[in-house]
Amino acid sequence: MNLNFTYDVDSEDFTRAGEASADIKKKLKKMNVPHEAVRKVAIAMYEGEINMVIHANGGVITVSVNEDSITMVLADKGPGIPDVEKAMQEGFSTAPDNIRALGFGAGMGLPNMKKYTDEMHIDTEIGVGTTVTMKVNI
Amino acid sequence: MTLTELISKLDERFTIINLSDDADQRQLSKVFCCDLLSFAMARNPADSVWVTVMGNVNTIGVMSLTDGAAVIIAENAAIDEIAAKKAVEQNIAVIKTALPVFETALTIHELIK
Repeated sequence: MNLNFTYDVDSEDFTRAGEASADIKKKLKKMNVPHEAVRKVAIAMYEGEINMVIHANGGVITVSVNEDSITMVLADKGPGIPDVEKAMQEGFSTAPDNIRALGFGAGMGLPNMKKYTDEMHIDTEIGVGTTVTMKVNI
Repeated sequence: MTLTELISKLDERFTIINLSDDADQRQLSKVFCCDLLSFAMARNPADSVWVTVMGNVNTIGVMSLTDGAAVIIAENAAIDEIAAKKAVEQNIAVIKTALPVFETALTIHELIK
């Protein structure tokens, strides 16, 4: 089994943010992927999806599913992350006030993504974009 | 206790905005309180009753992804139209109350414990 799914994430469209994660969750459940792995993927991908909407004018998410693992690649052409180490700290956030008013911007996005995945890698370049690769073992 | 049983015990202080199709079978786990969606995303237990004042579309998204049983919007906080529509689409139970968060959570806790 090796399945790939691709999602376009719209920029600043909060009414649709999370739709890709909800869809992949539904698909994984149908494929009988264990509940805990589905939950991890849903949480990590949702956080990534929200980050893409808040910080990077959207982007593309590719999800690959095989027998042993689920790999998510979230690629955007946003501003890049100047200090990845800082961005990984719980509570550090650069989200604007209008985003905080929606209940986001607590500085938990990247830490949650790391916590709920077995592997996570961030490639980022200022002014070019960011690609986050995350893997959840089944 | 199932979600349907809980709803049958709620008094007039609670208003059902939307009910999920599986309310009859959904066994409730515990009450969860949080307004920051990233915290809720990571910590809302499956089958929970989540009490919050955030009534926007992302609340429904978090509910859907965390498998919560029902969300209660406390303090008479607004549930926007897009959120209400999304709740119907995604089959998420939404309840509203004017009670503060703590009183809401305590009331539900007493009913389901």
